[in-house]
Amino acid sequence: MPQEVTKLIHKYLRRDKKFPHVWCPGCGNGVVLGSLIRAIDRLGLTKDEVVLASGIGCSGRMPVYVDFNTLHTTHGRVLTFATGIKLAKPSMTVITVMGDGDATAIGGNHFIHAARRNLNLTAIIINNQIYGMTGGQFSPTTPYGSKAATAPYGHIEHAFSIAELAVTAGAAFVGRGTVFHVQLLDRLIEAAVMKRGFSVVEVVSNCHIQFGRRNEMGNPVTMMEWMRDHAVTVGRAGEMSPEELDGKFTIGILIDEEKPVYTEEYDRIRERAGGSDPAGDL
Amino acid sequence: MNTPLSEKRRLVQGNEAIAEGALAAGCRFFAGYPITPASEISEVLSSRLPQVGGSFIQMEDEIASMGAIIGASIAGMKAMTATSGPGFSLMQENLGFACITETPCVVVNVMRGGGSTGLPTCPGQGDVMQAKWGTHGDHPIIVLAVSSVADCFEITIQAFNLSEKYRVPVVILSDEVVSHTRETVVFPSPWDMEIVDRTGPSVPPEWYVPYEDNSIGVPDMATLGEGYRYHITGLIHDERGFPTQRPEEIEAFTGRLFRKLAQGLHEIQKIKTFMMNDAEVAVIAYGSVSRAARSAVLEARDRGVRAGMLQLITLFPFPEHLVDNVLKQCSKVVVPEMNMGQIYREVQRVNQGKTRVEKYSRIDGQFITPDEILGKLLPEE
Ligand SMILES: Cc1ncc(C[n+]2csc(CCOP(=O)(O)OP(=O)(O)O)c2C)c(N)n1
Ligand code: SF4
Ligand SMILES: [Mg+2]
Repeated sequence: MPQEVTKLIHKYLRRDKKFPHVWCPGCGNGVVLGSLIRAIDRLGLTKDEVVLASGIGCSGRMPVYVDFNTLHTTHGRVLTFATGIKLAKPSMTVITVMGDGDATAIGGNHFIHAARRNLNLTAIIINNQIYGMTGGQFSPTTPYGSKAATAPYGHIEHAFSIAELAVTAGAAFVGRGTVFHVQLLDRLIEAAVMKRGFSVVEVVSNCHIQFGRRNEMGNPVTMMEWMRDHAVTVGRAGEMSPEELDGKFTIGILIDEEKPVYTEEYDRIRERAGGSDPAGDL
Repeated sequence: MNTPLSEKRRLVQGNEAIAEGALAAGCRFFAGYPITPASEISEVLSSRLPQVGGSFIQMEDEIASMGAIIGASIAGMKAMTATSGPGFSLMQENLGFACITETPCVVVNVMRGGGSTGLPTCPGQGDVMQAKWGTHGDHPIIVLAVSSVADCFEITIQAFNLSEKYRVPVVILSDEVVSHTRETVVFPSPWDMEIVDRTGPSVPPEWYVPYEDNSIGVPDMATLGEGYRYHITGLIHDERGFPTQRPEEIEAFTGRLFRKLAQGLHEIQKIKTFMMNDAEVAVIAYGSVSRAARSAVLEARDRGVRAGMLQLITLFPFPEHLVDNVLKQCSKVVVPEMNMGQIYREVQRVNQGKTRVEKYSRIDGQFITPDEILGKLLPEE
């Protein structure tokens, strides 16, 4: 079985790209990439119809390794590029990968507006609760009280929850998984990519190097154990008291709604304006 | 369908002419964020683009607008955004991404007066150097200036043509006066217009090298989704598009970006001359100021002064040789600008003491009048 998984991933890796990759051994980013590839393979999408686009961060380095149409944009802005791509080529499957800082600090404004606008895009946010690439400064999801390169005395700000933010902003599909619960993650990413509308998967991940080491979880295993012990399925959470849920986070599908998709709405605008097909007019 | 191109003559506003010029050039995507004095471009295109099968989107800010037009261009559409100073500042990071990834796109900056929020409803020319140097790092960029409503139409088409041909962002600098003036424009018929499209790959995907150098230094550009899968990044990259740290690849990359413009200067650097044949004194002007300069030259001629004008359409790459010819020919050159002397300094850089160069700055939000320029052209008593 492990051999088969490896073989499948190899089918999608770029042969002409120089490996090894830039990630630290044991980084959760690789687990997310594996899930993404399995989801795309199961959905039967061709490499040509997939756009994988990222912002900047360790997470942002993902596209370069895989043989899709790939784009590595600017910090926090990938959803804006994806918006242009999707409007110009609605038939393409556009998947974006972001870090927690990328998506919710510098890119927070784009994130909420992309969710509200409901383009048919997928946003995978790798939440390692820290700025990995720049050396462990705190991010909008760094827990209160934890240590970071710029919070040497303990963090005094409060984290917000990415998935709940996406629900409030109007995303059509929102799921949360972890790099420990890989089978769930596979299913969430598959459902998100398949979803017609703006879909978000928040992946709680490990940066044992920049976050873990400063917070007594210096290796991937301790961080995975932390995920195992703190994640509660959406179903179970419904039966738990607020006290029991304190310090825990939910995993599973938070919302899955049908909403009018932007590009389809815009097609109607074209009809109202008496317009034609873009390809025909170019 | 009633396209304005079938109507020959129309009274239009500068911003409207920019929008129509973009459509005539083949622009089918616009993303923008409202700002005075550029908003009419968005408004016109929100109504016109869906009529021709294109897309208009109002984004959450100018950073997003710039990102969206780059995305659309990568996906094969000619794309544009429009803004004024504050928005132009926000666009700079993604504008740099377009320079380094060689993504064609057009950015219109309708200049207002002053820094910061400045003078939203007054003209200015203070963003000239920002257009060239606003984004960080060495990068190629083309900057064009419009001076009339007719220009707004024609030069917008040229901006798209240059952008597509050289795979470089083109900034159009307009100002509040040009953009809000209404003038009668004779629109050329579509077959009289030269429209340039980017060159796509001529080899099958397995042979495609996305950033391969060639005789013009402009790699063929594949459209997303057509089988040519490749990597696009703002990191300095090798010819396959992958990030590189190798000194020889870095140098070759940056060198090519500059060479591709240097090799095209003959068609990139556009100017107009007015009564320059026998001129002894000259005005070097651009944008709306060149209109006042034209009147000043005529008036000076009436008074027996052999005056002329060099009007710069291309501000960057700065047309050094064309400016140098004027400096060699004239005993005095006046550079009137609605800023503290941004192009004046470029002229001085070329001049190197050859002749007398004087600036005339107006920074009070008011238009420079022909009389003010005339005063600089007439011999001092
Ligand atoms: C405009 C801008 N500001 C700052 C940076 C520096 N920077 C690069 S990655 C990063 C943070 C990355 O953190 P996150 O988004 O959580 O991604 P991770 O590395 O953890 O995957 C920052 C601040 C940048 N590249 N661009
Ligand atoms: S620094 Fe952290 S996020 Fe970045 S590769 Fe290493 S473990 Fe992964
Ligand atoms: Mg992070």
